[in-house]
Amino acid sequence: MKTLVWVEHEGGALKDATLSAVTAAAKLGEVHLLVAGEGVGGVAEAAAKIAGVGKVHVADNAAYAHALPEAVAPLIVELMGHHDAFVAPATSTAKNIAPRVAALLDVMQVSDILSVEGDKTFTRPIYAGNAIATVKSNDAKLVITVRGTAFEKAAKDGGSGAIEAVSAATSGEGSKFVGAEISKSERPELTSAKVIVSGGRALASSENFHSVIEPLADKLGAAVGASRAAVDAGYVPNDYQVGQTGKIVAPEVYVAVGISGAIQHLAGMKDSKTIIAINKDEDAPIFQVADIGLVGDLFTIVPELTSKL
Amino acid sequence: MKVLVPVKRVIDYNVKPRVKMDGTGVDLANVKMSMNPFDEIAVEEAIRLKEKGVATEVVVVSIGPAKAQETCRTALAMGADRAILIQTDETVEPLGVAKLLKAVADEEQPGLVILGKQAIDDDSNQTGQMLAALMGRPQGTFASKVEVSGDTVTVTREVDGGLETVALTIPAIITTDLRLNEPRYASLPNIMKAKSKPLAAKTPADYGVDIAPRLETLTVAEPPKRSAGIKVADVDELVAKLKALGVAA
Ligand SMILES: Cc1cc2nc3c(=O)[nH]c(=O)nc-3n(C[C@H](O)[C@H](O)[C@H](O)COP(=O)(O)OP(=O)(O)OC[C@H]3O[C@@H](n4cnc5c(N)ncnc54)[C@H](O)[C@@H]3O)c2cc1C
Ligand SMILES: Cc1cc2nc3c(=O)[nH]c(=O)nc-3n(C[C@H](O)[C@H](O)[C@H](O)COP(=O)(O)OP(=O)(O)OC[C@H]3O[C@@H](n4cnc5c(N)ncnc54)[C@H](O)[C@@H]3O)c2cc1C
Repeated sequence: MKTLVWVEHEGGALKDATLSAVTAAAKLGEVHLLVAGEGVGGVAEAAAKIAGVGKVHVADNAAYAHALPEAVAPLIVELMGHHDAFVAPATSTAKNIAPRVAALLDVMQVSDILSVEGDKTFTRPIYAGNAIATVKSNDAKLVITVRGTAFEKAAKDGGSGAIEAVSAATSGEGSKFVGAEISKSERPELTSAKVIVSGGRALASSENFHSVIEPLADKLGAAVGASRAAVDAGYVPNDYQVGQTGKIVAPEVYVAVGISGAIQHLAGMKDSKTIIAINKDEDAPIFQVADIGLVGDLFTIVPELTSKL
Repeated sequence: MKVLVPVKRVIDYNVKPRVKMDGTGVDLANVKMSMNPFDEIAVEEAIRLKEKGVATEVVVVSIGPAKAQETCRTALAMGADRAILIQTDETVEPLGVAKLLKAVADEEQPGLVILGKQAIDDDSNQTGQMLAALMGRPQGTFASKVEVSGDTVTVTREVDGGLETVALTIPAIITTDLRLNEPRYASLPNIMKAKSKPLAAKTPADYGVDIAPRLETLTVAEPPKRSAGIKVADVDELVAKLKALGVAA
């Protein structure tokens, strides 16, 4: 089987989410990559070095600058003329594009796979991860998104893929990029961080979130996450949300501070290696999944913890 | 401008789903069902567009069993004008749903179709994007803000890195994210009024759409369980644990 893997990149750099998708694709067959964007020569070179990569198709065109699905989906459909599977990391960019590709190919997408069980058989989470379905596709071609935390990352070097320019120039009608507000942070990214400190509704204000959660995260070299309640209340921006409908994370250590442990939150972090919970309610559901729990007031515990690290 | 809102009947978000013993699916017998939360947000947004004078009519459509009628009535009680129920007891995948919705859109000619970004049962996050592809229309997914001006709709989207804004030419497809709005509760008088609002009963065959599933569900299993660990007594003990884990110096 020949696969075409979507390369996720930002600001001229290849993103790690790509590497898990490559690992999943390699289980299906030959791995070809697609780098689409404007001024993406550097990304293509980095992509060609990923271990196990065959060809790297590069579509360098202003029309693909913001990965608008209206423009990118027809490009992928064209390339799918000689590939059997489109494989994409389950990032917000690819989740926007892949179903559009699937519908144009008249195939049913398999979303967010956790494992490859056979040629066309996969496992995927449903009901916020409370059930795992094993599904088999009966379509001629496959369109798949890959859950990053479920696959090892392919090595960033050792490969020597052949770079090939794609001449096709498809353009999206009816959609125009207006602008973006991308959060800037010196901290590690949520989806690839080794340690995450997340805060919930209990923080009660944006000021508290910054003055209590962030110093602890700094001490631990951690990324900062949040529950939906904390995001809805405006303590932190939307890109901090961990959960069924936010980001899926699986760090070495996840510290949940003042988070009750609703199933929608657990869906995003229960595959973390070690879960630490700090909550004043000893019956909070978060303690049912936590490896290490500390019952008490976060406003005294967290500053003390930060000072002792 | 007409707004079309697809609404799905799903397990209530407060219910913890249980996998059936025979591994064929999740047990939905005697379980509380509700409108998919993202679809409530979609209905709310459509009603607000009507209240602002931007939309003229809000039509909701549900694909599912006879009971999905309740979901339609909920939307009507919130303020939608009429409903279409495409009744089937079969499994309809996002691609099939999108094909049915396209057929409905061909008839209704809505300016906007507003869907949820994902249904909380199958978590596919596909239907809106597929519908946009089939209709050949632009899409604004994961919306946290929607503004209509003339024949353009400006959509602010929640993306991994933060927010992104796109301007789409109407007709367009939008999918809702959590922060778009807070859906209203239907008042009792409106629930009563909803009972007499029109609800058209259809079947997939009426639209001549093939909804045969493409995916075969082989088994549905419980995920690996995590068990509760230990509780530490104080911060010093926690510091020691963090050191043992190698995350603190
Ligand atoms: C469609 C849908 C999608 C959703 N998606 C997500 C999602 O992706 N991610 C997500 O997180 N949620 C999601 N939710 C929301 C979820 O159901 C919960 O409402 C949310 O996770 C609760 O956030 P919380 O734990 O911060 O708040 P709460 O549930 O209010 O918990 C606060 C906790 O803080 C503790 N506490 C209070 N004060 C202190 C103190 N001083 N010291 C220590 N502890 C204290 C309390 O004991 C309590 O356990 C979704 C809901 C819906 C309907
Ligand atoms: C009676 C019945 C039983 C089913 N049983 C199973 C089962 O056991 N296992 C299984 O895997 N699948 C089952 N399905 C199929 C499953 O419900 C479909 O996959 C689903 O309709 C689409 O997937 P999704 O909701 O995750 O799509 P998403 O793409 O996540 O949905 C996004 C949005 O699309 C719209 N939408 C989606 N579906 C509908 C709909 N039906 N009506 C109106 N709007 C909709 C909503 O606005 C929703 O927010 C069943 C379907 C039915 C009708």
